[in-house]
Amino acid sequence: MQVLQVVISGISQGLIYGLIALGFVLIYKATETVNFAQGELMMLGAFLGLTAVTFGMPFWAALPLAFAGMWVIGILLERVVLRPILGQPAFTVVMVTIGVGFVARGVVTMIPGWGTDTHALAAPFKGELVRAGGLVVGMEHIVVIAATIALSTALYLFFRFTRVGVAMQAASQNQLAAYYMGIPVRRLNSLIWGISAGVAALAGVLLAPITFVHVNMGFIGLKAFPAAVIGGFGSLPGALVGGVIIGVVESLSGVYLPEGFKDIAAYILVLVVLVVKPTGIFGETASKKV
Amino acid sequence: MSAPMLKVEHLSVAFGGVKAVSDVSFEVRPGEVFTLIGPNGAGKTTIFNAISLIVPATGRISYEGRDLAGLAPHQVAKLGIARTFQNIELFEHATVLQNLLIGRHVHRRTNLAAELLFLPSARREEHEFREAVEKVIDFLDLAHYRDQMVAGLPYGVRKVVELARALSTEPRLLLLDEPSSGLNVEETDDMAFWIHDIQNDLGITVLMVEHDMGLVSRVSTRVLALNQGETIAEGTPAEVQSHPAVVEAYLGTAEAT
Repeated sequence: MQVLQVVISGISQGLIYGLIALGFVLIYKATETVNFAQGELMMLGAFLGLTAVTFGMPFWAALPLAFAGMWVIGILLERVVLRPILGQPAFTVVMVTIGVGFVARGVVTMIPGWGTDTHALAAPFKGELVRAGGLVVGMEHIVVIAATIALSTALYLFFRFTRVGVAMQAASQNQLAAYYMGIPVRRLNSLIWGISAGVAALAGVLLAPITFVHVNMGFIGLKAFPAAVIGGFGSLPGALVGGVIIGVVESLSGVYLPEGFKDIAAYILVLVVLVVKPTGIFGETASKKV
Repeated sequence: MSAPMLKVEHLSVAFGGVKAVSDVSFEVRPGEVFTLIGPNGAGKTTIFNAISLIVPATGRISYEGRDLAGLAPHQVAKLGIARTFQNIELFEHATVLQNLLIGRHVHRRTNLAAELLFLPSARREEHEFREAVEKVIDFLDLAHYRDQMVAGLPYGVRKVVELARALSTEPRLLLLDEPSSGLNVEETDDMAFWIHDIQNDLGITVLMVEHDMGLVSRVSTRVLALNQGETIAEGTPAEVQSHPAVVEAYLGTAEAT
């Protein structure tokens, strides 16, 4: 029974990684670059939600507000920072996003009321427990699990079936050719940064009851990144599966392996996956084969 | 004579201090194959890029009487202009079929909700697109490669896939940038037939840049010769090829003799 409980909490922790990894995958799918500021966008989203709640808004109203606020910030980010380097090698974009992450952390510490303190975000469901056959799961985890699955399903359908979603993937493979197919590449880039920042905000606000709101909470992105790699970077279901695998391995190694393994388990796993199957579990090339 | 389909007037493009194209004017008439020739660096591809609005140019370009100035690059496709590239620009990590279906993007009419729920309207459109694309596949003999990833295909086939994708947009004007470059004799032969069929059977007007003089003479209605960004001759393929300025541009001056 204990193993099962450990696995369950691993899964719920893993879906948190998966939720953040969705943001990585979104940007990658649409622009074939990696946004290393994803964790920081999540942190900003959490602070926006926190501020809304502090001003007396109910939690469920703060969530869409944070989503909308970060959507705008994402679009601004694309417009101001990323559009000028459109067409540069992916490496340039990676460096710029790392820089954006640093700036975001710096700016947050300067904002009165945000600063370097740790804040608690009161959620209506905080502390409630769901019991089933001797297993216990916190309500805040259930919410994350539900949100993650709903979001990834919606995004999967979006990329698979909609004109805009398909056009985004085309533009990520070849911007020049996409223009000639009548695809407004710039508008789509801006849209995907909005969506991705919005998803990050949802992750941040939903995570807040579990991890608290703090300027360095974005570092959880360092665990979400291996989740995306294991899943195969461009795959939305892969991000979830990768997240769950990392979460479960982490919590199992925390209980059954010597001290310290918990923190490096994720990276060991990434190394193994990269050696065995470099494209990740749901790697693009594999899934697109005939 | 019918009104010109594409009209380029006093087109100039400069990159820094270098004039890539200076004061070039020409007209492409409906139904013809109009070819730009000239040595490397003559500005042929730059003219294509200017028509596609991806390099800033001065002068006037109008298509079916409409000035292209002020349009965004992605809007050019909606007007019915398609293009292939000298160095092949395909969606590499997608199948041939997926590449061609993207070509139908400009013709999509359904909205987000219909697409997500796969409503009858979306389903019907999907069928129409597939039919249109299958016609192109038949036309260019690509059935064998339909479901293969582009990244793994030989160069000659990729060249044809690019042409197929351009045709999938159902253009009225097709810009071909060196359709025969990198092709062997047999493949070039096929290309000549296809260009001929595109002009005659599909009724698409073609503006082409080409180096292979054999191909140029076989398919072109009219030819414009450029050298260092300037027009040096215009006329039928035979007229242009025997024009002294063209001979000089290609072979150098006759000083030595």
